[in-house]
Amino acid sequence: MAPELIITGVIGAALILYTLTAGADFGGGVWDLLARGPRAADQRRVIAEAIAPIWEANHVWLILVVVLLFVCFPAAFAAISTALHIPLTLMLVGVVLRGSAFTFRAYDPKPGAGARRWSQVFAVASLITPITLGVTLGAVSGGFERDPVSGLVQTDFISSWLAPYPLAVGLFTLVLFAFLAAVYLVEETDDEALRAIFRRRGLASGIAVGVAALIAFIAAEGAPEIREGLAEAPWAPLLHGLTGVAAVTALVAIWRRRDRLARLAAMAQATLIVAGWGLAQYPYLAVPGYRIDEVAAPEGVLWPVIGALAAGAVLLVPTLWYLFAVFKRSRAGRVSQPH
Amino acid sequence: MTDLFAARAQMALSLAFHIIFAIVGVAMPLLMVVAERLHQKSGEPEYLELARRWSKGTAIMFAVGAVSGTVLSFELGLLWPTFMAYAGPIIGMPFSLEGFAFFLEAIFLGIYLYGWRRVSPRAHFAAGVMVLLSGTLSALFVVCANGWMNTPAGFEFVDGELRVDAWAAMWNPAALVEALHMIAAAFAAVGFAVAGIHAAMLLRGARRGFHRRALGIALAVGGLSSFLTPFTGHLAAERVAELQPVKLAAMEALWEDEAAAPLLIGGIPDEEAEVTRWAIKIPGGLAFLAHGDFGATVEGLKDVPRADRPPVTVTHFAFQIMVGCGVVMMGLGAFAGLSVLRRRPIADQPALLRALVLASPLGVVAIEAGWTVTEVGRQPWVIQGIMRTADAVTPMPHLAVPFVTFTGLYVVLGVAVVVLLRRQVFAAEVPTLAGEEEVDHGA
Ligand code: HDD
Ligand code: HEM
Ligand code: HEM
Repeated sequence: MAPELIITGVIGAALILYTLTAGADFGGGVWDLLARGPRAADQRRVIAEAIAPIWEANHVWLILVVVLLFVCFPAAFAAISTALHIPLTLMLVGVVLRGSAFTFRAYDPKPGAGARRWSQVFAVASLITPITLGVTLGAVSGGFERDPVSGLVQTDFISSWLAPYPLAVGLFTLVLFAFLAAVYLVEETDDEALRAIFRRRGLASGIAVGVAALIAFIAAEGAPEIREGLAEAPWAPLLHGLTGVAAVTALVAIWRRRDRLARLAAMAQATLIVAGWGLAQYPYLAVPGYRIDEVAAPEGVLWPVIGALAAGAVLLVPTLWYLFAVFKRSRAGRVSQPH
Repeated sequence: MTDLFAARAQMALSLAFHIIFAIVGVAMPLLMVVAERLHQKSGEPEYLELARRWSKGTAIMFAVGAVSGTVLSFELGLLWPTFMAYAGPIIGMPFSLEGFAFFLEAIFLGIYLYGWRRVSPRAHFAAGVMVLLSGTLSALFVVCANGWMNTPAGFEFVDGELRVDAWAAMWNPAALVEALHMIAAAFAAVGFAVAGIHAAMLLRGARRGFHRRALGIALAVGGLSSFLTPFTGHLAAERVAELQPVKLAAMEALWEDEAAAPLLIGGIPDEEAEVTRWAIKIPGGLAFLAHGDFGATVEGLKDVPRADRPPVTVTHFAFQIMVGCGVVMMGLGAFAGLSVLRRRPIADQPALLRALVLASPLGVVAIEAGWTVTEVGRQPWVIQGIMRTADAVTPMPHLAVPFVTFTGLYVVLGVAVVVLLRRQVFAAEVPTLAGEEEVDHGA
């Protein structure tokens, strides 16, 4: 197999894992922002406890994507970070504020006005990052022309991302992250009233995911390659079918309080969505000037990186499993025990 | 403000900010692990409380380190896309390995910070050791990448096609010495910073048993490392003399080629007149330090075209500051070591405690100065001898805007961290562990 395809696959897998883990951490911030009513403080506490031990590890998937891009597809990395300087900078502001505000709030030994202010910063920053991340992913689906002389990307720094399709993908990403978070949160507490609240949120945001997907598909008018990929490729019907089945399963499972099944179905749905986006993007990293095979680094770079990835995975998989086993299993185990 | 200047200022600011939190992630795990081990051996509750208090401060610092590090990895592309398009594939190995080191560090830190009651004491201690190892490895890997910018190696262009020897690029001539010096410096700086805090608490008469033990651990780590730092720094200087002679001349503000070149202490370089005034000269000193021979010749700056010279004043002052801090820290470390040998408790010597309080920022100052030497002394090159910084910058206009944005962000974060850490330190005055359970899970 061509090494650049292996790496592209790893990048895609890392994006999926980022969505499933860190995406839900951001979604938790959305529900922190929207927490209302007499149990608002309890909801926030459940969210904070669910995120605290794992968000830093979850966040590293994004670093892995960035590093693999600049090591293995340097020209595409340069083009993306040049043309999308503005949304990426906004995303970073969100990343910085969210992580710090979350930690500052958790570690303030004198909770009070200060902690409430950090709470607001955390919640608002949790909106900025998913939107700008989605905008970035939407923007690479079109308009990336290469200057034939300089080899650099031709850009006015604005028009490639300030357009209906990228913005629609931004919205979609936010809703999807919130949906994942709501579904996961049900299992993070033993309190039946709170579980019911999170189930309601899961249902509402699950429906919103469908609406946002429709908006994005309509807006994809402006990104013809993607639309073609999503609509006409031979694999498209199967993928859409599976995604639909997962989405409906998730909603029905939430409704019938099959929480474990709901979680699995929501994860499958998100995985299929990101994978579908990636397949529609193929064979481009940034459409149309940056084809995977044309912008890959030489094989002498790619194979050692694949070796490093394989060696790293041997360490990483068991340790990640251990982390989640320590912090996520024990809760689920307790839940399933009769009182 | 030109765009190039704004880009450089933003990069420098982000790195200078990140490094403060990064060194905490490298060195604090050692302090925590030592305290935890001492608790397990002696059963003294103060040591356990110490490990827990320290781990709270570390959690705050680590979060800011992680997010500011994320900013950096994007900024390499946002500000220097041409540099990354060229260098990315070549220095990919250390960066890829670093990704895994970050992963391990974040995973085990999560277990260490939040797992006090969820895993066995032995597994908890092991998690701490893993944080220590992976933090040190991430420092090693990232400095290998920086070393390549100073002494590029491991690649060639054959008929316009890039050939890379990833291993040779990673272990470029600067990599190992730079990394050893950096890691030693991180332990020295954090050791002294923590020692200063606990010395201050002892001077205020706060819980003596607790702060005396804390001071002991911090000073042992800081003091021992304060000897390793100048030693490894000397190795770095030899490497600079060999492979970056212009940087060496700027560090020493040496203008003429000189046989038996003197070591300059102090002095104010005049870049127009190409002289350095009012310096104390130690004859043959530089020749010996750089080449191991008092009679050796060291090249001066006059032969270098002006366009290829780094800013001499900044580089020279930064070097003097770093070395000055290093000498003071080593002196204090030696004094404290002698006190221990003579069985005179450090906690009973108010003068020494006061000196430790004053010295607590010196390591961090030296690290900032040291990076200024490395980075400013390499100018005008971003990759020594291969690519100029001016050619690496992004075409994006109005770079002053992100520069001002991030400056504001870092100021706010810096203030918040200081306020929170102060509260944490004073919270340590609450003698019991009451409410710990709450904080553990709520945190
Ligand atoms: C606690 C901090 C600290 C202390 C006390 C010292 N240094 Fe240092 N120095 C650093 C912290 C540092 C650093 C921040 O860690 C640097 C920047 C890049 C690097 O690898 O280490 C550095 C760089 C650095 C360089 C430049 C390497 C290059 O450009 O590639 C030299 C020549 C020295 N050091 C030499 C010394 C000497 C002779 C010291 C004797 C006292 C000394 N340093 C003390
Ligand atoms: C261009 C320079 C640098 C880049 C691009 C960079 C990148 C990063 C990134 C992306 C993270 C976040 C990882 C996470 O989420 O856990 C991080 C954290 C970290 N960085 Fe840096 N870094 C740079 C300089 C340095 C240097 C010079 C050191 C040397 C000591 C260092 C040591 C660390 C450590 C130990 C962490 C773990 C987090 C912490 O302990 O606070 N970094 N860095
Ligand atoms: C964390 C400690 C570091 C500090 C405090 C630091 C400091 C600085 C400073 C002061 C500059 C501006 C120099 C000038 O424009 O005159 C700079 C530039 C730069 N640094 Fe570093 N540096 C650090 C580590 C690194 C590392 C580990 C890397 C990469 C692997 C790196 C990559 C760069 C790049 C790409 C630039 C811009 C180009 C240039 O000015 O040469 N730095 N840094």
